[in-house]
Amino acid sequence: MKLFSALTLFAAEEGGFHPPSIMEFYPEIVAFEGTPFAINRIMMIRLIVLAVLLVLFYFWTRSFKKAVRTGNVVPGRFQLLGEMALNFVRKSIAHDQLGEKDGERFLPLLTTIFFMVLGMNITGIIPFANIAASSVVGLPMVLAAVAYVTFIYAGMRKHGVKFFSNALFPAGVPKPFYALVTPIEFLSTFILRPVTLALRLLMNMIAGHLLLVLCFSATHFFFFQADGFFKLFGAGTLLFGFAFTVFEILVSVLQAYVFTLLTTVYIQLALADEH
Amino acid sequence: MISRILAAAAAEGEALPNPLIPAVYDIVWSSVVFVVLLTFFWFKVLPGFKKMLDERAKAIEGRLAEAEAAQRSAEERTAFIEAEQAKLRSESSSIREEARSEGAAILAEMKAQAAAEAERLQQTVKNSLEAEREVAQRVLRAEIGELAIELASRIVGQKLQEDAVANKVVDDFISELEGKRA
Repeated sequence: MKLFSALTLFAAEEGGFHPPSIMEFYPEIVAFEGTPFAINRIMMIRLIVLAVLLVLFYFWTRSFKKAVRTGNVVPGRFQLLGEMALNFVRKSIAHDQLGEKDGERFLPLLTTIFFMVLGMNITGIIPFANIAASSVVGLPMVLAAVAYVTFIYAGMRKHGVKFFSNALFPAGVPKPFYALVTPIEFLSTFILRPVTLALRLLMNMIAGHLLLVLCFSATHFFFFQADGFFKLFGAGTLLFGFAFTVFEILVSVLQAYVFTLLTTVYIQLALADEH
Repeated sequence: MISRILAAAAAEGEALPNPLIPAVYDIVWSSVVFVVLLTFFWFKVLPGFKKMLDERAKAIEGRLAEAEAAQRSAEERTAFIEAEQAKLRSESSSIREEARSEGAAILAEMKAQAAAEAERLQQTVKNSLEAEREVAQRVLRAEIGELAIELASRIVGQKLQEDAVANKVVDDFISELEGKRA
């Protein structure tokens, strides 16, 4: 943070450095302006990611089909990669948390959430995209809403209206304490869960992007606009930029995992017999 | 940190959008992407993936069963061959045993036959010797009788004449006998 204040000071003094701003996330609209289908750079990145995911998984599906057709039980490298990716969600998330039966039931949703979040996150470090498609609030919000609807649906489907009373009036609590417990449970289950899901993802991506922009624009500034001795700082900021790029890969995967895992856990809690 | 960055950015004086309030197009495109991906994974990718996993499990199980069956049949064949071998071995040993005993029996029979033959031959020889001896005895007895009578009659006839003559008669007789023999 000190570095950042120092940089803004520099910016104020010399006028050559542009710190990242929130406007990074609102690039100009390039098509359909004013309609609900307006497209800016980030929406375009989303559509490109969608296309890439469709193509990638289409090829994987095709290799699965080919394996079935030829009766081949030994997957090739490409097929194995797809199997590992899909099995990661299937086994390590869905089956582990929900068991095989319920895991398979919710698998399409969980798989979609995982690969969508991962694909949208990773563009933050992809050259020429350079911004996470999930760093604008709409996408985390839609996914959090989906998770919210899904776990309530799962609970209602299994326990009916009792799902809400189970959630709000946990068993084994002395009656007077419900005055305290019920509002807390309501807040944590039905308000904080979706909000934290969306905000965790959004803020991680915004912060990651701002950090990278900060590092690289500072590097640019030090290298090309600063004088003499200050040029050396550029090497440091470049190194930081590189480190944060690697870190952002980790964050992208981790956030996709966390989002999917939490959705699964919420579903699992809703399905559980006792709260 | 974010709020400070945002605050710093806001200091520039622009009318900044609130990053927590989504634009309509933002929600629209997020939903479109989500719906397309969900449909794709639900109806295309995951069924294919599960089918492949099922087929693989089936194929591996099938191959295991096949291998097990092959193993079982091989074991059966081995057991059968071993039993067959044992049977043959016992059969051959019994045949050998039989042959040996048969050989011994044949040998014993041959020996007995030979012994019987020898005895029979011996008996025959003995019988024929006996018969010849009897014949010779009979012939000799008859001849000796005659000769004795003849000799006696001659001796008696000549005695009367002289002893010399008598001796001569005896000598003549004997030489005559010898001449007869020859």
